[in-house]
Amino acid sequence: MTEQHAPAKTPLYQEHIACGGKMVDFAGWMMPVNYGSQIAEHTAVRSDAGMFDVSHMTIIDVHGDQAEAFLQRLIANDVARLNINQALYGALLNERAGVLDDLIVYRLAWGFRCVVNASTRDKVLAWMQQHTRADAHFEHKPQIMIAVQGPNAVQRLLQVEAVSGLAELTPFYAMQHGDWLIGRTGYTGEDGVEIMLPEAQGVELWRKLREVGVAPAGLGARDTLRLEGGLNLYGQDLDEATSPLASNIGWTIAWEPQERDFIGRQALTELRETNTQKLTGLIMRDKGILRHGQAVHTNAGAGVITSGTYSPTLAYSIALARVPKQATGECEVDIRGTRKKAVLCKPPFVRNGTAMHP
Amino acid sequence: MSQIPSDLKYAATHEWARLEEDGTVTVGISDHAQDALGDVVYVELPELEQVIAAGDEAGVVESVKAASDVYAPISGTVCAVNEILEDAPETVNSDAYADGWFFKMRPVDVRELQELLDAEAYAEVCEAEEH
Repeated sequence: MTEQHAPAKTPLYQEHIACGGKMVDFAGWMMPVNYGSQIAEHTAVRSDAGMFDVSHMTIIDVHGDQAEAFLQRLIANDVARLNINQALYGALLNERAGVLDDLIVYRLAWGFRCVVNASTRDKVLAWMQQHTRADAHFEHKPQIMIAVQGPNAVQRLLQVEAVSGLAELTPFYAMQHGDWLIGRTGYTGEDGVEIMLPEAQGVELWRKLREVGVAPAGLGARDTLRLEGGLNLYGQDLDEATSPLASNIGWTIAWEPQERDFIGRQALTELRETNTQKLTGLIMRDKGILRHGQAVHTNAGAGVITSGTYSPTLAYSIALARVPKQATGECEVDIRGTRKKAVLCKPPFVRNGTAMHP
Repeated sequence: MSQIPSDLKYAATHEWARLEEDGTVTVGISDHAQDALGDVVYVELPELEQVIAAGDEAGVVESVKAASDVYAPISGTVCAVNEILEDAPETVNSDAYADGWFFKMRPVDVRELQELLDAEAYAEVCEAEEH
């Protein structure tokens, strides 16, 4: 899809400008890539608290008696397992078990809320429309969404808003607070919350959080944080050509109950026997920076880096790479014609501020 | 607004060049370039005694977000490289025109410097990129 109109702005656009945000076009949205230093923003999230405007992501609410059955058909993970206010991470698959998108689904008192990527909005809405059923209604519901992340994130939010029960909120659970939905979720490998709320309140919340020292953090920091956390970026680490089994998210497939016929199940069942690839971690041993697209040479054959970066927490380069399933140990990466030493490891690289492969 | 010292020459690819008293030419990347790149985390420098033609690749500078080639603004032989950048690549961000230099060349023909942009012309290049 190549619509040629100007990039959209989230309701927090002026706040980004006021914070010195360097704005770039991301999936059709003007978003801050950083507010001066990506490394400083990254470090704020690992050591204290940072906040991201993620209002560009797509919120889709699903209502109706058939809402659960509708999502059980569409998602490889099983929403029937969710308690009220609980969330899960999962994948929407096509018939070939390629990943159409990854998403978070919350079960709420009135139905389900799905949060899918910004870049896949039109595709996912069309896919839902194609599989619609009589008593399942879905609705795109734009709202401000702010992710406050870091070891002090919850404490900082409590400084600006008295939310009773927030401190005790279990990870991957959400709570309603007036018009707000607060989930103990995020995509940084740190503790934190994601808050979905109406526009005027969202702008006010952003300002208040800034006043108590929560660092605005851009897409750049979001990328290095999620990569350190071993979390995939849709379109880069997984896409319609790759299955969850080859994307390090096999754990999100709910194989039981066996009679649940989700889209892609048959292809996935075959891939369980035939899949030859895995997505795994890579740590650079030489100097240099691992990047998307670089070739990897392992003890079991060739692979490719899907996401690579300098890790601000670890001070060396890390990557996710798709390599043969049997590959282990040391390997080499081709960087501009030179083979550099790296080693395969199991993601994540950093969890709750701690290096996992010291 | 980025700093563009008037005593330097510039390439449209964002390198600066300074003729030293000993006849060598020091090369680095501009303040505009370091700002656009963001936090610099790795610099790959040319080999000593490497012969490079004007406009050819002479190194790579990598920020957290991207890798970017560095080109030789004039033709010559590399006679020094800034080893500080190996362990402290962030010097490129903090001091682009002094401690953050990349390499020095013995020019083939020092008159090549005259073909580069002066500060005013380079400011226009930067301006055009921002719009």
